[in-house]
Amino acid sequence: MFRLEKRPMPSRVWILATPVIAVILTMIAGGIMFAILGQDPVEAIRIIFLDPLFDERFASFSRPQLLVKAGPLILIAIGLALGFRAGIWNIGAEGQYIIGAICGAAFGLAFYPSENPLIFPGMVLAGLFGGWAWAMIPAVLRTRFRTNEILVSLLLVYVAEAILASAATGFLRNPDGRGFPGSRNLSQHPGTDNLELIAGTGMHWGVVAAFIAVIFSYVLLNRHLMGYQIKLAGQAPRAAKFAGVNPTRLIVLCLGVSGALAGMAGLFEVAGPAGQISIDFNVGYGFTAIIVAFLGRLHPVGILLAGLLMALTYIGGELAQLMLGIPASAIQAFQGMLLFFLLALDVLSNYRVRIGREVAA
Amino acid sequence: MMGIDPVTLIVALIGASTPILLAAIGELVVEKSGVLNLGVEGMMIVGAVSGFIIAINTGSPWLGFAAGAVGGAGLSLIFALLTQYLLSNQVATGLALTLFGLGLSSLMGEAYTGINPPLTPDLFPQALRDIPVAGPILFGHDLVIYLSVLLVAGVWYALRHTRMGLILRAVGESHDAAHALGYKVIRIRICAILFGGACAGLGGAYLSLVRVPSWTEGMTAGAGWIALAIVVFASWKPWRALIGAYLFGGIAALQLRLQAAEINIPVMFLDMSPYLVTIIVLVIISSDRGRAALNAPAALGKVFHASG
Repeated sequence: MFRLEKRPMPSRVWILATPVIAVILTMIAGGIMFAILGQDPVEAIRIIFLDPLFDERFASFSRPQLLVKAGPLILIAIGLALGFRAGIWNIGAEGQYIIGAICGAAFGLAFYPSENPLIFPGMVLAGLFGGWAWAMIPAVLRTRFRTNEILVSLLLVYVAEAILASAATGFLRNPDGRGFPGSRNLSQHPGTDNLELIAGTGMHWGVVAAFIAVIFSYVLLNRHLMGYQIKLAGQAPRAAKFAGVNPTRLIVLCLGVSGALAGMAGLFEVAGPAGQISIDFNVGYGFTAIIVAFLGRLHPVGILLAGLLMALTYIGGELAQLMLGIPASAIQAFQGMLLFFLLALDVLSNYRVRIGREVAA
Repeated sequence: MMGIDPVTLIVALIGASTPILLAAIGELVVEKSGVLNLGVEGMMIVGAVSGFIIAINTGSPWLGFAAGAVGGAGLSLIFALLTQYLLSNQVATGLALTLFGLGLSSLMGEAYTGINPPLTPDLFPQALRDIPVAGPILFGHDLVIYLSVLLVAGVWYALRHTRMGLILRAVGESHDAAHALGYKVIRIRICAILFGGACAGLGGAYLSLVRVPSWTEGMTAGAGWIALAIVVFASWKPWRALIGAYLFGGIAALQLRLQAAEINIPVMFLDMSPYLVTIIVLVIISSDRGRAALNAPAALGKVFHASG
């Protein structure tokens, strides 16, 4: 019989190895899924993981997309990981992303048709504030009334979607749009556009913000008292209490930072790649970022790599849809599978697998 | 408020509540055994699509409901294996279940959008249903609705008055003590998780076969999360879950009727009202420090690893 023996310390080797093994296992399981769908599994996996980067026909288009899609994922996941480490579960990043986008876009559109260079920074701040404020709702309810932040933050996603529908068809609708839903195009108007900074790389301000967030989060977690408190609260809540960690401050900080980052990500998206506020401009980055955070082991550098990998599955998924007719939802299932394997393999980092019965002491 | 008939509203309310009630009563049993499964939304939607596919292909809504329950239980088996044998974090695994379930269901249902499922018949004859007021409210439903109420009664009885219920609660209060007494903690919890999955799947199938009735991607629209909130609202008591679900169903039904009646309230507020009300109710319940904590299973969400 197999038996699990708790390790005194999580194994460093396995912590690094499990994401890699999980990706390989997901490729195998995903290959089986594609085979069931009647596709050649090897070809499907190659199209998803290799062709976007190396195939001459697609790479020139796909490579820049890597940063475009990884940017928001990394930005959101960095914030979420802070909370997840402290045992504070913000799973409503999608809502904060939407509200951030609406606030930022509303700020920019309020000054239309001005092209003042200060408008874009103002939009970023408005987006940041919108996401922060939306995340403060679960934070305040949790600290004041002990309401579960998981449920509140998630339910607020649906509230945010209702507001988005109303914004796209009502208060932010393009007055010159002949009644079609959707706001004015922000990405084609100087002053509100989130430009590609270096041509052909996909690098826009959101990607820059994501890199800065990675560095800040690394410093915070490794060199700052607050980061130590976050880790302590997650690993040993009782010890944290005796060490004088203020739980209210921690909740407000973790939810606030993750909300602000998600809100910023939303603004960068509507002002750049998405271009305008529309009913369905959000594509679930707020949820996929949860997978990114876990795949990156809640570590800033890990999240950077995980965000790039997850972006690759999005791009590869679109390519597979185009080339093989594999439905877009298959990629979503594929991403969910990855999280399963990752969580399943975690047991190897925390426990030693022993064979045979325990010897009585 | 003209044009809203209270009797039809109550009938609509019961229908609207049933999927959530089914999912909530299942999750209540899961949480009573000390496990927090946040994958209700995923299990519901997989139940909805598997029930729909089977009902279309066999022409029988009953086989559809059964398939929904099997589909939900099948997905919950992944959660059970991961959390019970591989000791994974329950919050993260539940989230993974929801994300995976949403993707899997739209993949499975690709070819089934825009079709109408076979009709689920009402249980009682027309004569009974024609009784004014009481007829539609008491006799105007299909089998699943009565089953959901029976299920609440059954869960209440089992938890309160049977040995099995006592053991389940013991496992949920202190898995170490229950283990020391020789109860198979893991096996009991897996059974509870599968029961919860079957209930959520049945609720999902009710959504796609009766409530809507058709299959669309992401059709559960947060119903699973509301079911989770209702368990908290109910302080883990079965009859209160029934009240919570009907309260919620009432708001959902009223909201739809107000939209249809074109009352002068912006659609945005009507659309968000079920979620907002759920949040407000959660806040009220959790602010009452004594009552909220009183009935919560002490080992909820904790990982069990028998060291000896």
